[in-house]
This record gives sequence, structure tokens and C-alpha cells, in this order.
Amino acid sequence: MKFKLTFWKVVFIVIMVLGLYSTVVRFFYGLGAVSNMSDQFPWGLWIGFDLLCGVMLAAGGFCIVGAVYLFNVERLHSVVRPAVLTAFLGYVLFIVGLLFDLGRPWYIWHQLIYMNPHSVMFEVGICVMSYTTVLFFEFLPNVFEKFNLITPIKWIKKIYPVLIILGILLSTLHQSSLGSLYLIMPSKLHPFWYTPALPFLFFGSAIAVGLAMTIFESTQSAKAFGRHLELPVLVELGGALLVALWVNALLRFEDYFHRGLLGQIIKPSYESYFLWLELALAFVIPITMLSFKKVRLSPRGLYLASIFTVLGFITNRLNVSLTGFETYVGHHYVPKWTEFSVTLMIVALGFALFGLAVKYLPIFPEEKYPVQQRLRPATVAGPVTAEPVLDHAGN
Amino acid sequence: MSKALLYDATMCIACKQCEGACAQQNKLPYDDKVAAESVQSAHKYTVVMTKDDKFMRRLCMHCEHPACASVCPVGAFHKTAEGPVVYDVWKCIGCRYCMVACAFNQPKYEWQSLNPRVRKCIMCPDRVLAGKQTACAEICPTGATKFGERDDLVREAQDRIRQNPSAYLSRIYGLNEVGGTSVLIISNVPVEQYGYPASAKIGDTPMPEYTGRVMERIPDFIPVWTLVLGGIYWVSHRRDEVAAAEAEEKKNGSAR
Repeated sequence: MKFKLTFWKVVFIVIMVLGLYSTVVRFFYGLGAVSNMSDQFPWGLWIGFDLLCGVMLAAGGFCIVGAVYLFNVERLHSVVRPAVLTAFLGYVLFIVGLLFDLGRPWYIWHQLIYMNPHSVMFEVGICVMSYTTVLFFEFLPNVFEKFNLITPIKWIKKIYPVLIILGILLSTLHQSSLGSLYLIMPSKLHPFWYTPALPFLFFGSAIAVGLAMTIFESTQSAKAFGRHLELPVLVELGGALLVALWVNALLRFEDYFHRGLLGQIIKPSYESYFLWLELALAFVIPITMLSFKKVRLSPRGLYLASIFTVLGFITNRLNVSLTGFETYVGHHYVPKWTEFSVTLMIVALGFALFGLAVKYLPIFPEEKYPVQQRLRPATVAGPVTAEPVLDHAGN
Repeated sequence: MSKALLYDATMCIACKQCEGACAQQNKLPYDDKVAAESVQSAHKYTVVMTKDDKFMRRLCMHCEHPACASVCPVGAFHKTAEGPVVYDVWKCIGCRYCMVACAFNQPKYEWQSLNPRVRKCIMCPDRVLAGKQTACAEICPTGATKFGERDDLVREAQDRIRQNPSAYLSRIYGLNEVGGTSVLIISNVPVEQYGYPASAKIGDTPMPEYTGRVMERIPDFIPVWTLVLGGIYWVSHRRDEVAAAEAEEKKNGSAR
């Protein structure tokens, strides 16, 4: 046990040290020194993964909030807080990633005073900024509850319907707009990934990944923090995930069929290998798995299916942002190790902050005492507040 | 009236004086080493390329409907009424969307700089506003690069092709590409051989339309979607409210 803990701590420290080195290179020697981006490949791993995938991985927030508060599906209530926490951290880290990628991050505030309403990037920027604020307010009750501040929780509860609707509206807009970013590159992006349906595909994949990430993080935190796993909730999410995957798969099929590409995608080529990988991970494997009732009812099966889904759609977004340009550009783009290390640092920060939040805030408030004390019994005390101040205080 | 440049590759002798004049105008270093570079970069806005004893010049096309201006989140690029597509470095936040969006790959980046700028030919806007030619057109000894009104230059290009059909391919590159550009090229070898994107590939549709189709729906989408979401919220919570109200009534019905 102790060795394992130390091992992960060592991994974390190594990632942080390398990440900090890369950060120094980024800000003291420039983008050219830290990355393999070039005039031919102006957008690299940081746009492809940190931004496109980061926002997708944080989609669980609006999916679950939408299900629980908009559609009033009370059964999923226990996963709202972890989902909102993941989303909030995800968006904050998205902004951190953006500060690395922007050439002149110190002028990021220009977005608020020089607005170009024709720009998709402007829309994404404004929506992400606003949505992060909304998530902050959705997250705040956790902090208030910890300190037994009842009045501010009541205030937030009052504006909660507005926050929910605003949050879902903003999410719809920017999740789909990340796809719209690529609409202006019909001559550059490979036809496997360039389609007028990009905004719809990006929105659809955000919902599938939002559900998959909620299953993933619930299982993961149950493992790591010795929590009791709420199987009925996971089973419900698994069912929804299966539906979402089918809808996504049909959208993709319809798109290829409509554009007459079905014959081309089965022919071997550099792009089709990546496409097959993506389709296998995102659709074939998880849909097959979840079609078996036995898998749909087992925590392990759901966990694996959600991992495949997440990996599949990460592959999809990397294909859209990187693979799809390689033939046009005429050479491959392989990120420099310092690019990877910045990305890794941001991901590791996300895990660490999630762990800290779970440790110190009532993210899982309904559980009085940890059922299984598996990993670190000393650090996992019960929820800090003895009793939830308000039932479902705010969220 | 919109100004433009006409580049006639058949008249070019690859003296590269346009490169030097461009560098001088934009205060960029220019020596034999830079002259030998055959690709555009943050320090070389225009380049004269040689292939099989034939020459081709490359520079920003100054689209009539520029993609860079439409995608820039802070509006750092804009098309002036006189023709040049200019860049305001102060506004730029460095997202590089202009670079990926440009069909001609013209914006280049100062990758080594700690406060990097996007660099491209800006068609000497100060000179154009003052009624002068661009630096490259002024210095060109053979008239291969000619500055003038776009309409006049289109007519002149058509005349040259008509009068000497064997010396030219019968097309003006930039006339309709991506909705028309302020740089027009006539030549006797396809410009595609020098790295220009094929006309068929980039099409005649102005680039901003591809994203504009989606963006123009957003002002309508926001109120409609808000109403739909609000409606769903109201309906799905109505039952709870009714139940709660009934319970309340039962509890202190007589008091009310």
C-alpha cells in the first residue's frame, strides 16, 4: 500500500518537474523552442488535446446537471457534485492550457474589448468564459456548505434555475462551436473529418463523453477514496451512454453516406487507419460491450466501456485537429516532448485538484462514512460537515 | 475603388528586387542569405520562386472576403476599402486561427519571439493611402508586378491573354478564387506548380461564408433554445411544485 502511494506521488512529482521545466522554456524561449508547431502546423497538441478534448471531457457537468435539474431525474442526484467539480476543474485547466498556447496570453483580456462577432473563436471564448463563471457558482455551494454558510446557499439556490439554463445554453453553443472552428478549412482538412455536420458531431460526442466521463470518475473515485459504488446510478448512465453512442454512430454513418464516402473509408490509407482506430474505440467496442446486459450491469464492464468511449472520442478530436491536416501539409506533426509534458502536467493537476476537493469539500455529502477503507484510510475522513446543511443545498 | 496588384509571370526575370523593396519597406533584414530562401516566413513576406527557368511570385492575396479577418476573435485583421488586408498587432492575442483558416497559408508566425506577431504582406497600406504604388510594384523593372485599380487590372490581364493566347494559360488566378482577391496572377504554367492551392480545391465561395452560415443562426438560436430549456425546466418541475403546494395546503389549509 505504502509503496503504491509513494509510487504515484513520485510520478506526480516527476510530471510536475518536467512540466515546470517546459513552462520555463515556453515563457522564456517562446513557442518555437517548446513545441514542434510551425507555419505549416500552427495548431498542435495543445489545441488538439488540451482545448478540444479538455472541453469535451468536461462535458459531464452540463449533461448531468441537465438530466438532474432540467429533466428532474432525481435518481442521478448523487453524481451531480462530482460532475460539476470535474467540469469546473476542466474549464479552469482549459484556460490554463490556453495561456500556454496563445502567443500573447497577456493580452487575453482583449477578447472582452475587441469583439469580432463573425469569429467562431470569439464565440467559443465568450461562452467558455461565461460558462466557467456559471460553473464557479454551481460549485460554490460545496464551499459554503463546508463552512456552514446557509444564507449564501439560499441565494444560490434562488438563482439556480437561471444558472442551469444559462449553463446548458452556453454549453450547447461552445461545444458545437469547437466543431464549427474547422468549417472554414474545407480545402485543408481531410474529407473524413471535414463535414458541414461538424458542429452537430462535436455536440453529440460531448454528450456521449460527458456520460462516459461521469461513469469513469465515479468508479475511479470509488476506488481511490474507498467510497461505496452506486451501481444503479452507473447502470442508468450506462444505458444513456449506449443510446448516445448509437445516435453518434448513426450521425457519422449518415454523414459518410450522404457525402458518398462509404466506399472510401473502407479502403486502406493513412487516414483510414486512424479513422478505423477512432471508430473501433468510440463505437464498435463500447456499443458491443454495452449491448450485453451482463456488461451493462457490472461496474467493471461499465468502467471499461466508458474508458473505450473516452479514448475513442479523444482519437476523433485529435484526428480532426492533427491527422486530418497531415496530407494537406505534406508532412507529419509529432509533438515535442515538452508539449506532451505541459499537457501531462495539466492533466495531473486536474487529478490532484479533484482529489483535494473530494478530500476537503462535501462532494459526496450523502455518505456519512466511507464504506470501504481501501487506500488511504487516514486521509479519507468522512465528510467534514456532520450533516448536510440543506438537503441538496444548491446542487 | 479597390486597388490591386497584377503579377504577370511571363514578364518576370527573377531579379528579386521586389523582395528587397518589400524587406526595406517593412524594415526586415535582407541579404544574400535571405534572398536565397525560397519560402515565405515571418521575415520574408514575398518570395520569387524559380522552377525550370520559369518564375512565380508569392505574396498575400488580399482576398476580397478574407478568412483571416472573419476568424480573428479580436478583429486584428481587416480589409480596407482601398484593398489591403491589414493587421493590428496590438489587438492580436496569438491564437493563430488566421494561419489555419487562410486558404493560401499567408500569415506566418514569429515562433522564436517572446511576444510573437503574425506576419504577412499588408500591401503597403501607408503608400496606397498616400496614392502611391506598393514598394514591389514601384521597383519592378519589367512591369511584371503592376499596381492599379482592380477593375482596370482585370481588363488588362484579359487583354494580354487575348492578344497573346499562346503565351498564357487562359485564366486569371485570383479573379474568382475564394470570391476574388486583390492579387491577380497570369502565367503560362499553372500556379499550382508553385504551391498555390488549386482553384477547384478552394472554390469560388468566399471563405467567411463557411462559418458564417452557422454564426448567423446564433442570434436566433439563443432565444429559441433558452425558451425550450426554460420550458423543459418548467414542465419537469411543475409536478413537484404542485405536489409541494398541495402538501402545504393540507398542512395549514385553514390558516390561509
